Amino acid sequence: MTEQTVIAEELAKQLRAVSVAEFFEKNRHLLGYENPTKALITIVKEFTDNALDAAEEARILPDIKVVVKEVAPDRFKVRVEDNGPGIVEEKLPLAFGKLLYGSKFHRLKMSRGTQGLGASGGILYAQLTTGRPAKIISSTGKEIHEIELMIDVSKNEPKIISHKEEKNPNKWHGIKIEVEAEGRYIEGKQSILEYLKQTAMSNPYAKIVYDGPNGKVEFERAVKELPPLPKEIKPHPYGVEIGLLRRMLEITNARNLIGFLTGDFSRVGRSSALQICKLAKLDCNKKPNELTHGEIELLHKAMQMVKLIGPPTDCLSPLGEKLLEEGLKKETKAEFVVAVTRSPTVYRGNPFLVEVCLGFGGELPQDQTAQLFRFANKVPLLYHAGDCATTEAVIETDWRRYGFSQSSGQLPQGQLAILIHFASVWVPYTSEGKQAIASYPEIVKEIKLALQEAGRKLATYVRHKNIERERALRQNLFERYLPEVSAALSEISETPRNSIEINLKKILNKGKVIESVKEEGIEDGEENRNESEE
Amino acid sequence: MVKKTEMNPKSKLREIGLNLVNYIKKGENPFLDIPIRALSNVIFDPHTNLIKMGDKTAKRYLFNVAHIRKFVQTIDAAAISKRLLEENKHVSLRQVYYMMKGTLSGSGVEVVSDGDEGQTESNKAVEDLELITGLTREQLNINAKKLGSVAGKVIIEDGGDTIDWSKQGSGGWSVPSNVENIKFKKVNAKFVLYMEKDAIWERLNEDKVWNKLDCVIIASQGQATRGIRRLLQRMSDELRLPIYVLADFDPWGFYIYSVLKFGSIALSHISDRLAIPKAHYLGLTADDVEKYELTKYVIKFKDVDIKRLKEVSEYEWFKNRKEWQRQFQLMNKIKGKVELDALVTKGVSFISEKYIPEKIKSVDVLN
Repeated sequence: MTEQTVIAEELAKQLRAVSVAEFFEKNRHLLGYENPTKALITIVKEFTDNALDAAEEARILPDIKVVVKEVAPDRFKVRVEDNGPGIVEEKLPLAFGKLLYGSKFHRLKMSRGTQGLGASGGILYAQLTTGRPAKIISSTGKEIHEIELMIDVSKNEPKIISHKEEKNPNKWHGIKIEVEAEGRYIEGKQSILEYLKQTAMSNPYAKIVYDGPNGKVEFERAVKELPPLPKEIKPHPYGVEIGLLRRMLEITNARNLIGFLTGDFSRVGRSSALQICKLAKLDCNKKPNELTHGEIELLHKAMQMVKLIGPPTDCLSPLGEKLLEEGLKKETKAEFVVAVTRSPTVYRGNPFLVEVCLGFGGELPQDQTAQLFRFANKVPLLYHAGDCATTEAVIETDWRRYGFSQSSGQLPQGQLAILIHFASVWVPYTSEGKQAIASYPEIVKEIKLALQEAGRKLATYVRHKNIERERALRQNLFERYLPEVSAALSEISETPRNSIEINLKKILNKGKVIESVKEEGIEDGEENRNESEE
Repeated sequence: MVKKTEMNPKSKLREIGLNLVNYIKKGENPFLDIPIRALSNVIFDPHTNLIKMGDKTAKRYLFNVAHIRKFVQTIDAAAISKRLLEENKHVSLRQVYYMMKGTLSGSGVEVVSDGDEGQTESNKAVEDLELITGLTREQLNINAKKLGSVAGKVIIEDGGDTIDWSKQGSGGWSVPSNVENIKFKKVNAKFVLYMEKDAIWERLNEDKVWNKLDCVIIASQGQATRGIRRLLQRMSDELRLPIYVLADFDPWGFYIYSVLKFGSIALSHISDRLAIPKAHYLGLTADDVEKYELTKYVIKFKDVDIKRLKEVSEYEWFKNRKEWQRQFQLMNKIKGKVELDALVTKGVSFISEKYIPEKIKSVDVLN
């Protein structure tokens, strides 16, 4: 959040004022604060996502510390510290104390947060439930600033309660943010611990220390390289929702429509722009901010109709197969991992790519439903798994081909972990709570292709393992019967039992007989049922 | 075709054992060659009118997950039989089950399942052993329960005792598993009446039918045992007595007759020792249902009955028998069965006094 912030600040000036409190209250459920348990997770998640984004953009290997302590019944102190670039003093109040203010909303770039709602949303929730200000400590490497701030909910403006400045002899840089909020703490499938564990999985280049109510957990760094920085792109006309188009028209620097279309979108040249204006029956010299509601709708429609090449796809930064494998192995202790990163492709004008990683065996639980880890732009998705495109793709994949059992309409069974990472400049969440990816056919198809490719690679290994296990079972079965066989044969043939048993063991130890064939039709026909005993 | 063994049973078993031991010595997976007992492996011989076993066999291996239990059951049965032959003792099929349950090695490994399932398994093992050795279970010193009831004007000798079938009271004489050593001492009977149902036998015995009509009456209570079938065969072959089969008008009743006359699928390898090609069907026919006005006592077929009727009517040994095909067709039209017991509606002793004498007199039988 550096030079971007400048632009964003300018852009934010043009936003219409909204009653933040009203907005927040109305959208609580969409934003992840609908109950005390989820609210606590959401606060940690928003702060941590920001911390990771900041460090990564500054090309710093992230060192994150998360502290959650109960200070009173159902009241928690949450602190998140990072080693990112920090935020300059003047921008601190706005970055944290104004909703819908952020560096990421008006650009298309693969990043964790997008709407400028994350950190300030957490602060607002804390303030609404406990009345306490947020404490923010920041340094860019120079002096350290410590401010306490609250949000003026009627004006959507930050209010500084206190401001301290300290020397920084160690040249520390980063952000420490602390709030006190109402919440309920749990551990389990949908919890802060699980969120951090999965974050460590998808960000194996980060070190995360968690100091929770039940003690400290450290997630060590598994690799020391950062994935390449994603590039920012302009939106593609096919992927623009009408609301975003309206906002873009309001804030553009272009003087006329043709300039707007060619300058603010990717893949729109002069002739395509003229064609769009013609289709929309609009004057191409019209000022962008003078369009009426009806004209915007016509423009939007025309933009979908004109033929354009797809958006550039080099803007995405996958984790890569190596990072995925390291990450999954580290957190699940799987014995075998295999990852597949697909080439980028496009849904509705938005470039996206899918990567999956499958883990098998090791310390994964046996004979259970496979574990599914879902990520969107490296952020774990903990809720609404049933509505997610990833779940749909896993269910639609035929896992029996790869050596797992699966009933129709269900996740596969076995010692299996499935990690799916969806990366895009615009993740189509099913809601603002950002917990499930919408099932666009292109997306589901791409996830399935990735799963199939990884499944094929895994199958060889699984088959080998299954054969080994069955072999051991057979060996065991044969061994158990050998004494009885030797005793019976000794009696029938009148030869010593010992020598028979020794010879049988020799055959068994040679191992050839353990690969066995199925029995040919020795079962009596149904015709015999009438003659049971004679 | 299973060869009849001339060798004495002990040597035969030893030979099989040595054969397996030799395979094991050579480091090969030992197996037993077992003739398949299924409709797919029986042949109907139109000259002898007997169902014979074909030459299809299945290999049962020791080192095969799907075979090993049956393999162990079969050789356990062989070892048990060998021990019995050596000690000159006989045990029942039930006792064979317990011997397998206890294991020969004392290892306690599960050779057979618990309860009825285990009994079925050990019975099958004994049957397989018979097929492998070409010996009957009686020759292997394993006996079935004695079963059935006999009364009639015949005196026999069994194990040194003289038994008069006309002096067996209301229960009759029971047929042992092995009837080979029975000697017919005095025969005043002109024919034999065989029936499946005890209730019918009791009726005929109370009415002293065997005395009035000079015959023998035999009931089996269920499918005829080997002992009963062999006894009937001996009376047919050695005493030249006509054998009449009394059964219900339904596919299952017809099949009782079929087994007695042509042999069964499971025991097709010993048809020549069990089947009675000269047996006559004296049971209810579609014509009887008409004649004795039994239509209102028809019990409607279930799906399983219809399926069975189709199966029975398609057996090769019934295919070219017009009389029988006519009965099958009529039964298919009636779509129901009629039991012999329904004759009681004509009078308690109608079956003894009218039905049987009239049918025999007019030779109203199916063949």
